[in-house]
Amino acid sequence: MSRAMPTGTTMLKYDFIINALAAAGIVAVVAGAVGYFLVLRGQTFAGHALSHVGFAGATGAVLIGLSPFWGLVALTLLAGLAMGFLGERVSGRDVAIGMVLSLSLGLGLLFLHFYTSFAIQATGLLFGNVFGVDRAVVYTLGFIGLTCLIVLAVITRPLLFVTLQPELAEAKSVSPRLLSVLFMAVVALAVAEAAQIVGVLLVFTLMVGPAAAAQRLSSRLGLGVLLAVLLGLGEAWLGITLAYYTDWPVSFWITALSAAVYFASAAKGSLAAAA
Amino acid sequence: MTAIALDRVTISIGNRRILSDVTLTIEDGEFIGMLGPNGAGKTTLMRAILGLVPVTTGTIRVLGAPVGRGNRAVGYMPQTRTSIGGFRLSGRDFVVSAANGHRWGIPWPAKADYREADRALELVGARELAMRPLAETSGGERQRLLLAQALLGSPKLLLLDEPLISLDPHHQADVIELVRRLQKDIGIAVLFSAHELNPLLGTIDRVLYLGNGQAALGPVDEVITSPVLSRLYGSAIEVIRLNGRIFVMSDQYELERGEHLHEQGHAHGHDHA
Repeated sequence: MSRAMPTGTTMLKYDFIINALAAAGIVAVVAGAVGYFLVLRGQTFAGHALSHVGFAGATGAVLIGLSPFWGLVALTLLAGLAMGFLGERVSGRDVAIGMVLSLSLGLGLLFLHFYTSFAIQATGLLFGNVFGVDRAVVYTLGFIGLTCLIVLAVITRPLLFVTLQPELAEAKSVSPRLLSVLFMAVVALAVAEAAQIVGVLLVFTLMVGPAAAAQRLSSRLGLGVLLAVLLGLGEAWLGITLAYYTDWPVSFWITALSAAVYFASAAKGSLAAAA
Repeated sequence: MTAIALDRVTISIGNRRILSDVTLTIEDGEFIGMLGPNGAGKTTLMRAILGLVPVTTGTIRVLGAPVGRGNRAVGYMPQTRTSIGGFRLSGRDFVVSAANGHRWGIPWPAKADYREADRALELVGARELAMRPLAETSGGERQRLLLAQALLGSPKLLLLDEPLISLDPHHQADVIELVRRLQKDIGIAVLFSAHELNPLLGTIDRVLYLGNGQAALGPVDEVITSPVLSRLYGSAIEVIRLNGRIFVMSDQYELERGEHLHEQGHAHGHDHA
């Protein structure tokens, strides 16, 4: 984009802006809701690692002639299911998760090495390219996002129970493993979506930032989830608008807003505690 | 009706025999203090009563029926291994998460669930503190919230696993008094495991002492004796009664306190000998 237009309505006359806003909106809603439970369960690092696995999936898919998007979705989902299945044994294993994370980036690099003409797109994959999203991708994101939200809605109640009180939940016949698998599958899909907006390296900013801030701002569950969604939506849309007017990268603006909101909420929490 | 009946129960986990041919009966409405050294099987016995640990031989009946997972008539307060103090959720949302938590679906604020949670919170006197985030509650306050959670659905039997752990003596006395009052008011049986006997003296109806795969159930004066405890510990145990308190000693070393204190390096058992 060249020089910025003076009023906000003018940017909406471009199709690529409409697509970007739609895609970012869908993803922000899904990432906010799913991220809330990811933060609650203390699995943010696992979520972060999943996106890196997706990088290997995307580059690997290109190498064998498939779409990078579906490669990313497929491998992220597979890794999510595996993490969910291993459940307790994986959560808290930061070193093992970190090793898988770096191995995935390494593999991605290797695949790029074999398929050099793809290198230009690698930046988009790593840091996001929301202005490159077309209408078809928006529909795909909408479909996957809806699936995430439906599954999340179905499992929310026992997921919350097993997160807050695992021993008691087990005594009431709730299966921690089944919930862990289903939830990590949802996380994987949400991560794959978020990677389309801000890139695999910056997924944390949409999945974790708004949710963590929301938990600082409200101790009520329903309100917390709603806040996470609204904060994510605000950060994503404002980020796109600021990028349009400054010509700086969208992902930069979203990470900046996400960090600003998180630290402001943390500061507010500390002030309230001190008072 | 009997609350808990064990008939020749043996429980093994891996190669380790936790309980060996134990038979005992706990009546409805009884307050039982469960004691025994670390690893004696207190938690395992509770999990067996909940149907989470299978018996190797023998049978357990709970409130007149065979054990089964998810029995709504049994309230359970697990020893909190997961640190709930890290959650920023309110105590009320925490308690209500256990009401119908086994069902699928969105936990829309169902009025009936909140009513039930509020009733339980009222019973433990925690209506006010339940509005605060868990991260901002004290250990004693959290124990009350956990107790409220165990009381959801009006159970007839309450299993409390080490509810006194990591509480100072003042809060310990509060929790014991609260449980006693609840047990009297709503007439339920309570199985209350603890590291120390003395805080429970005068409150419990009978004591259940586990050790060495065996169990002794009876009035404090009959169970906490040198012959019975020597059998349960598998070594010579001396029981000293002093000013209404009881000290269980092995070679001048006070056993129950020692389990609390030996991380700090020194047990002061000698003072009482």
